[in-house]
Amino acid sequence: MKKIINDPSTVVEESLRGMASAHPDLIRVQLDPAVVVRADAPVSRKVAIISGGGAGHEPMHGGFVGKGMLDAACPGHVFTSPTPDQVQAALAMTDGGVGALLIVKNYTGDVLNFETAAELAEADGVEVRTVVIDDDVAVTDSLYTAGRRGVGGTLLLEKIVGAAAERGVDLDGCEALARKVVAQVRSMGLALASGIVPHAGVPSFTLADDEIELGIGIHGEPGRRRVPLGTADEMVKSLLDPILEDLPFAEGDRVLLFTNSMGGTPLIELYLAHGIAERLLAERGVVVERRLVGPFVTSLEMQGMSLTLLKLDDELVDLWDAPVHTAALRWGV
Amino acid sequence: MRAASQVLEEHRVELSTLDREIGDGDHGENMNRGFGALVTALERDAPDSPGGVLKLAATTLISKVGGAAGPLYGTAFLRAATAVKDAAELDADLVAKALRAALDGVVARGKAELGDKTMVDALLPAVRAAEEAAGRGEDVPTLLKAAAEAAAEGADSTVLLVARKGRASYLGERSVGHLDPGARSTSLLLRTFADVASGVR
Repeated sequence: MKKIINDPSTVVEESLRGMASAHPDLIRVQLDPAVVVRADAPVSRKVAIISGGGAGHEPMHGGFVGKGMLDAACPGHVFTSPTPDQVQAALAMTDGGVGALLIVKNYTGDVLNFETAAELAEADGVEVRTVVIDDDVAVTDSLYTAGRRGVGGTLLLEKIVGAAAERGVDLDGCEALARKVVAQVRSMGLALASGIVPHAGVPSFTLADDEIELGIGIHGEPGRRRVPLGTADEMVKSLLDPILEDLPFAEGDRVLLFTNSMGGTPLIELYLAHGIAERLLAERGVVVERRLVGPFVTSLEMQGMSLTLLKLDDELVDLWDAPVHTAALRWGV
Repeated sequence: MRAASQVLEEHRVELSTLDREIGDGDHGENMNRGFGALVTALERDAPDSPGGVLKLAATTLISKVGGAAGPLYGTAFLRAATAVKDAAELDADLVAKALRAALDGVVARGKAELGDKTMVDALLPAVRAAEEAAGRGEDVPTLLKAAAEAAAEGADSTVLLVARKGRASYLGERSVGHLDPGARSTSLLLRTFADVASGVR
């Protein structure tokens, strides 16, 4: 393993320190328990939007903390969900007096820890709602698994609900909007090569030189199947088809297309793939109205990509376009 | 608890390796960090009752372990603490009751059933063995030994199972042939408690 680290056990803490020094105008970072919070928190009379999850997916979630998106993010250890005391600290640091919405990706550990935190917070009299995002269509068998995973759609959810909260939408409104986004967003990813968890020191899985994992999860969980490496056209189609069929997206639908790198795939390949996805959607008559391309929901240095489609309407377009000022996303300011 | 921390330190790599095969490779690290923090907390201010120690274990594990294991083991110890109340010493009946309460807590939180390839596959047979031992009027060391043996057998049985809960469930059939790391850590903990009770450790 070759990594720019000092000690596997201090990777998250040292990275958070660096992040704090890189963005003093946007965020404050507390280390024990670890919380990334927007610089002007708490914002009075604003619903607090809080998320979190294991580290290793940067810039998610800390890079999405700031005006118009998250009030706080709780980073766990690498690929390990955060603990309830982190979420409780985040709730206390962002309490604007009108409640909080927790955005939780659907993983057993994340759901259990956020659930525990929400119970403890309610006992303290804070109004907390939880929305679980599960946009990964790769998981077909939801009955005998922990269910669909939260992946790329998480970013879109956090941006859109964050914009609404910034405009003063109340907790009921934010929760309803979040459920609407969850219902309308679908994703799928593929991997060419595994990332390496620092404390593990070896790749999480091994693929042959001519093989890809179709439907990979952002912690290296297996997908639908291993298939031979194809052309870019074939790979993009193999992601897009299951997404389109799942919702389903139909001719004439307006969508946001998010083409995401898992960390190790360079932008030259990502733009190439994005172009293919746009072409395939145009052929289907699906109208791409907004797009995002880049490494935003990553899996350490995993080589691979994911596609996310969100069905848009005027409300969602307007909230997507609203100003955002975070380490990873910035427009309109 | 100190012995448990030592055992988890010794088995840190093994548990993480098992977890890498069918999960995300951090179970050993997480359990070791949680029990390490528990030992530190006990050194700072050790509660004077078994229930107090169990409650401290619960709150420490919930806040330090992370993953699914934190809330699950935390809930187990919390329910066990509630079951033994403020008893100054634990007899066989209370130990069996505490184990049953721990199991009920894990099932309530994790919603796993026997055969889902989780820690329940180790804990449930252990509870049954403990209750049978208590019914026969065995003492605490004998009861815990029976529970530990049942847990070990239960953990071994997970090798042949298909995972239906947690991150391993995404592997489906591919999870067969691997020992469940949560069942293994449950078995290790019960073995340690049995060893301490009988004076082996």
